[in-house]
Amino acid sequence: MKTESKPEKRPEMAKQSPSERRSNFEEVALGYNRYEAVAEAKRCLDCKKPPCIKGCPVGVDIPRFIRQIAEEDFDSAALTLKSTNSLPAICGRVCPQETQCEAVCVLGKSGKGDPIAIGGLERFVADYEMEMGVTAPDLPAPTGKRVAVVGAGPAGLTAAAELAKMGHAVTVFESLHAAGGVLVYGIPEFRLPKSIVAAEVDFIRRLGADMRMNSVIGKIGMVDELLSGYDAVFLGTGAGLPSFLGIDGENLNGVYSANEFLTRVNLMKAYLFPEFDTPVKKRRRTIVVGGGNVAMDSARCALRLGAGEVTIVYRRGEDELPARAEEVLNAKEKGIIFRLLTNPIRILGDENNWVTGMECINMELCEPDESGRCRPVPVPDTEHTIPADVVVIAIGTSPNPLVSMTTPDLETARYGTIVADETGATSKPGVFAGGDIVTGSATVISAMGAGKVAAKAIDEYVRGSARL
Amino acid sequence: MPFTILKKRELVPTIHQVDVAAPRVAEKAMPGQFVILRIDEYGERIPLTIADFDAADGTVTLIFQEIGKTTRQLASLDAGDSIADLAGPLGRASSIERFGTVVCVGGGVGIAPIFPIARGLKAAGNRVISIIGARSADILFWEERLEEASSEFYVTTDDGTKGHHGFVTDIVQKVIESGEPVDRVIAIGPPVMMRAVAGVTKPFGVKTVVSLNPIMVDGTGMCGACRVLVGGATKFACVDGPEFDAHEVDFTLLMSRLAMYLPEEQEALECEAAAEPKI
Ligand SMILES: Cc1cc2nc3c(=O)[nH]c(=O)nc-3n(C[C@H](O)[C@H](O)[C@H](O)COP(=O)(O)OP(=O)(O)OC[C@H]3O[C@@H](n4cnc5c(N)ncnc54)[C@H](O)[C@@H]3O)c2cc1C
Ligand SMILES: Cc1cc2nc3c(=O)[nH]c(=O)nc-3n(C[C@H](O)[C@H](O)[C@H](O)COP(=O)(O)OP(=O)(O)OC[C@H]3O[C@@H](n4cnc5c(N)ncnc54)[C@H](O)[C@@H]3O)c2cc1C
Ligand code: SF4
Ligand code: FES
Repeated sequence: MKTESKPEKRPEMAKQSPSERRSNFEEVALGYNRYEAVAEAKRCLDCKKPPCIKGCPVGVDIPRFIRQIAEEDFDSAALTLKSTNSLPAICGRVCPQETQCEAVCVLGKSGKGDPIAIGGLERFVADYEMEMGVTAPDLPAPTGKRVAVVGAGPAGLTAAAELAKMGHAVTVFESLHAAGGVLVYGIPEFRLPKSIVAAEVDFIRRLGADMRMNSVIGKIGMVDELLSGYDAVFLGTGAGLPSFLGIDGENLNGVYSANEFLTRVNLMKAYLFPEFDTPVKKRRRTIVVGGGNVAMDSARCALRLGAGEVTIVYRRGEDELPARAEEVLNAKEKGIIFRLLTNPIRILGDENNWVTGMECINMELCEPDESGRCRPVPVPDTEHTIPADVVVIAIGTSPNPLVSMTTPDLETARYGTIVADETGATSKPGVFAGGDIVTGSATVISAMGAGKVAAKAIDEYVRGSARL
Repeated sequence: MPFTILKKRELVPTIHQVDVAAPRVAEKAMPGQFVILRIDEYGERIPLTIADFDAADGTVTLIFQEIGKTTRQLASLDAGDSIADLAGPLGRASSIERFGTVVCVGGGVGIAPIFPIARGLKAAGNRVISIIGARSADILFWEERLEEASSEFYVTTDDGTKGHHGFVTDIVQKVIESGEPVDRVIAIGPPVMMRAVAGVTKPFGVKTVVSLNPIMVDGTGMCGACRVLVGGATKFACVDGPEFDAHEVDFTLLMSRLAMYLPEEQEALECEAAAEPKI
């Protein structure tokens, strides 16, 4: 193999043109075709000590599946992926690969060219498999053990899939009418088509998991009641409680939490109103408060709903924006206005209680403190008003207390996260937890990783309890 | 798994009762709680109070008024049809304790949710004085059920076609002024009615509870659509309520937030009308 003759650049993934995508909710990135995928796979050095595997929070055997793509054996590549990652079509689309597997790729690090487009290749294989029709693997004989999984987000779905593959009878309880967690209510269709999530959920159903939607644990059943019918319980209830700023005017009409705005648009398909019944305010000027990926998603949705002017207001500077650099660039390209080092003071309304604008003040960053963070401080006499018809507050979420409130002996930490050890075990015997409910808002892949680790611990626990 | 409608009838013009098979919800339901339902894949999630429940039969009873797209569509369903999604029981249960004398006020479609509360309070040993009101006699329902659940029972109509000619607040005032010690008032109905009841009881310092009906989406504390202001603090009605201290509630805010989607609701209805086959 003559590595030096390999191309340095990864193929650019086809995208919808910006003018087209400004006005629709279809997926922006269109994915590699098989020629592009094979060519990209052939750039892989198939390293002896591949750092990318370590870069992946769930340890996907990356060089192996890439080699299989290079050999055009896509079925085997799919098997390789699925053996460690039960939701590859989703991870391929939403994982921050640039800070994980691709960040440590030897090609990129050594300056020999772009890192391998691992996410793009992962997506290609998963999409290929989906198109071909996925066959459920052979399952081991039933163990006779029953496990309840609470919450059908990435953590719960992964735990359910792993446990079902081990032969346990799994029941998933989800409070909403659809499975997927943030994947269906938060992340917009144009980044992650809901049909992909539905196909992955269907796969888990075919593994034998019983999916019970509309089941709010803490209301329809308590954790203690679950423990009397199941051998173990996994809690993957996420961090879904929206934070507000606590400033005047936050209850005006037209002010949304990012969760409400995104849920209306994505889960309830308000972008297709009135074909779908749930409305959302489509207005001229939208302000989004916050600087993370949730803020970027909200801003992009607002733009697609037809807002002519979308402004992101963030109290720190460009370097502190928590959103992926690529997302920020994407947003800027589409004409989203960034008002950095700007902090909201109050939201202004008219006599009918409708939002008219937001009063803000300029901020400046001081010297970084011991923790390395710069605390922004207001610049006196810089108050100003930004007009707006819709305001979306995207400053973060915390765990929903419904489960912990109704499970008194479950230890929680500050901010309401559930305390769990590295295997997912909580303070309550037989109860495991993982994902955002333990870590606070994190990533899809870390939630999946936690679901997988907990499934292993649950397997040991229920088998062990059989011997007692 | 869809939820089958076992019984359906129009109680009075535009107000309907449906009994839905939902055994798990029926088993857990308590007075004052509600469900969120979605009729089909295209539907909106709407909250309806659990007006009655029967754990043995596995049914919950919902009573609703046709006011917009979703409630009209629900009214068009029959026994044997099903609803795609129904989640519950949601919200905190009404506090059913032995308070002494409790006045239960139900206005319009609010007569339905007041019923299980009155029944529960009476069973808990309270003297229950129920007052139900409507615009006119022809839209009053469940009078016998409420009468049975109460120690004392009044009917009012705005137009005088039945019972007292006037508003429920007239009777609330009369009862309190009669000198009988009233330990608690609970009122469910249109926001204007609940605000009026709060206004009547406040000078007497009688603890008054109302059940708020803001627009909701998930009903589990995830979105904040249901924000209400109580005693100057923002609360999520779906998890912190729906019952709150009436003297602390900002009713003006509640009413303006309820009007948030009026143009869209009109559009949905017009769209529906346009889609109906023209004969
Ligand atoms: C808008 C947005 C965009 C994001 N973009 C990305 C991205 O591009 N890449 C990335 O890696 N991460 C992203 N994230 C973060 C990522 O989505 C989360 O870290 C991940 O979904 C957490 O998974 P989870 O399973 O722990 O929880 P969730 O996905 O939050 O799922 C929890 C589930 O539990 C259910 N539930 C809650 N309480 C109960 C109860 N009492 N009973 C029954 N069910 C209950 C909820 O309804 C939900 O379905 C984004 C997050 C948001 C909000
Ligand atoms: C906790 C709670 C319990 C309720 N119980 C009952 C009940 O037992 N019987 C009953 O008839 N009504 C009840 N309601 C009100 C009922 O939910 C609304 O009438 C219904 O949502 C209207 O939907 P629509 O599509 O028919 O009308 P639309 O035309 O969409 O709306 C008509 C009006 O209903 C309100 N509304 C609209 N969407 C929602 C929503 N998603 N959530 C709440 N309110 C909304 C708004 O004020 C709106 O202006 C309750 C509301 C709440 C919050
Ligand atoms: S799962 Fe995510 S981090 Fe792991 S290889 Fe795939 S894209 Fe990279
Ligand atoms: S309805 Fe969403 S938080 Fe109450």
